[in-house]
Amino acid sequence: MTPNPSVATLRARFGASVVRSAVVLGDTIVVVAADRSHEILAWLRDDPDERYDYLVDVTAVEYRDRELPLEVVYQLRSLPRNACLRVKIALAKDADLVVDSVVDLWPGANWLEREVWDMFGVRFRGHPDLRRLLMWETYDEGHPLRKDFPLRGRFSRSEQVRRALGADLRAHYSLEELSIAEAAAALPADLRARLAAAPPTDPR
Amino acid sequence: MELTPPGGRGMPAPPDARSGFVSPNWLTTRLDDLVNWSRANSLWPMAFGTACCAIEFMATAASRFDLARFGMERVAYSPRQADVLICAGRLPFKLAPVIRRVWDQMPQPKWCISMGACASTGGIFDNYAMVQGIDTIVPVDVYVPGCPPRPEGLLYGILMLQKKIKGETLFDPELRVEQLADERGLFLEPTTVDELSEPFGNSVHQTRSA
Amino acid sequence: MAAKRTLELALATPGLDAEGRPARIPLVADASAGEPDLRTDHMLINIGPQHPATHGVLRLVVELDGEVVVRVIPHIGYLHSGFEKLGEYRHYNQIIPLTDRTDYLSAPANNVAFALAAERLMGIEITPRCTVLRVIACELSRIISHLVWAGTTAIDIGAFTVFLWMFQERERAYNLIEAWTGARLTTSLTRVGGLMADVPDGWAERLREWCVRFPKTLDEVDRMLLRNGIWLGRTQDVGVMSAADAIAYSLSGPMLRASGVAFDVRKDQPYLGYETYDFEVPVGERGDVYDRYLVRMEEMRQSVRILLQALDRLPDGPINVNDPRVILPPKRSAMSDMESMIHHFKQIMEGVPAPVGEVYFPVENPKGELGTYLVSDGSAKPVRWRIRPPSFLNIAALPKMAEGHLLSDLIAINASVDIVMGEIDR
Repeated sequence: MTPNPSVATLRARFGASVVRSAVVLGDTIVVVAADRSHEILAWLRDDPDERYDYLVDVTAVEYRDRELPLEVVYQLRSLPRNACLRVKIALAKDADLVVDSVVDLWPGANWLEREVWDMFGVRFRGHPDLRRLLMWETYDEGHPLRKDFPLRGRFSRSEQVRRALGADLRAHYSLEELSIAEAAAALPADLRARLAAAPPTDPR
Repeated sequence: MELTPPGGRGMPAPPDARSGFVSPNWLTTRLDDLVNWSRANSLWPMAFGTACCAIEFMATAASRFDLARFGMERVAYSPRQADVLICAGRLPFKLAPVIRRVWDQMPQPKWCISMGACASTGGIFDNYAMVQGIDTIVPVDVYVPGCPPRPEGLLYGILMLQKKIKGETLFDPELRVEQLADERGLFLEPTTVDELSEPFGNSVHQTRSA
Repeated sequence: MAAKRTLELALATPGLDAEGRPARIPLVADASAGEPDLRTDHMLINIGPQHPATHGVLRLVVELDGEVVVRVIPHIGYLHSGFEKLGEYRHYNQIIPLTDRTDYLSAPANNVAFALAAERLMGIEITPRCTVLRVIACELSRIISHLVWAGTTAIDIGAFTVFLWMFQERERAYNLIEAWTGARLTTSLTRVGGLMADVPDGWAERLREWCVRFPKTLDEVDRMLLRNGIWLGRTQDVGVMSAADAIAYSLSGPMLRASGVAFDVRKDQPYLGYETYDFEVPVGERGDVYDRYLVRMEEMRQSVRILLQALDRLPDGPINVNDPRVILPPKRSAMSDMESMIHHFKQIMEGVPAPVGEVYFPVENPKGELGTYLVSDGSAKPVRWRIRPPSFLNIAALPKMAEGHLLSDLIAINASVDIVMGEIDR
């Protein structure tokens, strides 16, 4: 099956940063290098021949085979051209799992990246507010969708209940809310430091 | 009818061993009848609806099945004005402190109906995120099984609660006692919580990989 | 910081403009209103997660300047049930009941979405009868989901009667769904390669009768709300999302179309033969709550149109693909014929393996574009089951829509997004 023509243009422009491409069940997949991922994604959005203006999804996949890297997957769509493209970044699991955030390109990526952080532990450089989204902020059992995280969690049920009941309901404020509610004291010190260090960019 | 306080604390002590217990007589039983009748027939539900069971709760409150004819005319959205907490839907750990706080905010007399399989035992979600039964967090009076229970099932559970209420007495001081959480945040022993949350049935085979 | 706004309600029914549409009532933003000498602080209030108007366990932290919303921060995760983790421990057919519980307002549509993704992954082509029945299931789900939306939005804005009417219609639809699948809400309708069961005798006629009666209820609701001055005042120019913003925030479904972007997965990336049906997709202009109301009401009418066409073309034949490795053999043969028994055993005990590969299959669910991303390593359980939930992205744009509006507008906007927390939190 012929791949999406974006692949050829990407290879021509970015050369070795386009690691490999494939067509699987009619969908074109491109794996790109992590260091230029933001540039590539920005070009895919802005180039007048590509115009992938709609970000469908951001997620991550960890395979059962431990040798395979963890992949961050971007599903892109061009509304004017009605074309789709799947862009992946392969992250080696023995290094830090960090990629550049695309919130400045597509504001919809804000929560999608927070969820990937929450579930997989992948950090997004430049994300304005990288907090846990589905679990509570002080949840410390781990990142649930990792394959080394057991289905029922690491702690015993009574410990999970105790920690859940002990979680301060106001502790998962963002830094914006904290400035009003003065609930900063309830957060652990490292969390406070991390929130304070996040750049105060407004994705909108 | 057995006056077993909810929460599984076991059988109450014999009457003369408990302080403050008034021996039932004609006057107390007549008063109990009146009070229980009025409580049972005007239970204002605190609809703690979370998931699919909440939709069936809404369907039960709507015109075809109509909760209002059982006294639940006014669905109380403030726990301060509610009598029965109906936990309709699954309860993840993140929501656990919320239901505990809502329960604590309800004044006595209060009862709890656990609607659906997920609220009763964790249902199909035997995983890291789900409380395996709200009875590990709040004391439950009636469990309504189903996924989701049909409106008739919920109505049966409500009628069962009404029957339970009619068997209560005002003159048992241990009956309407608050079961507060201790300093660890639990109101049951940790071993009890673990036992209640153990997998059973098909869940036992969950971790078998392909 | 948003200027204070005052709201002018036209208490009389407004007239129609030249094209026969209700005339728009302008909202006057009066920046000089209020008392300049009154010193005020902002108030931080918490709405939810247990709240009748949040449509599920959504928590909104709202900073208010009087009645004006300065900032709203939604918090989700209160219904996080670990679906995607569970999916990694389940065979493909065992995941179907899980899909019921994500978007529980339109469970058959979710079942269909997952089955389509798994079938593409496995390279299975479903039978013609199954295709048409699945279209019927999807459109019926669209209608019942929009009925809940209409009822709950109306009740949030204060029109209680609509809620009762919509739920009564929903009960009639439940009768049909229950006759087909055995369950009102959590249907588990599809199987990989087919359906759980065929429709019973006489079901098609009952559905046709319902399709004829149902639009009359919609007309009644429109008589009550479409040109109602209070409704217009509460919904017009409230929660406006421009087309460019809607695309940037990855909105989908009626939220995207109400903002003027004509994208519908059924038209642009068709599945289940939608390209052969004659229907229109309503697209709004202003992207406010009123447009979303119009879009959803019209979508229900178009769904009835599709249902009637599907009933006309419903072919006879089997509902399941003729592949004993994928579909359970009938009990009669499984109990009498060795080969069928072995197929039955293998499917139940080992599941049906999918070849190595991955698929992203989008469908047009009532809430928006529901995408199922499945990654397989050749075994019978997926390596990754990702649900791309439409309501997740739609509600993430709530701050953009609601900031600067009044608190009561926030409730109306939240209602217009049509969220279901089961899908958002998974």
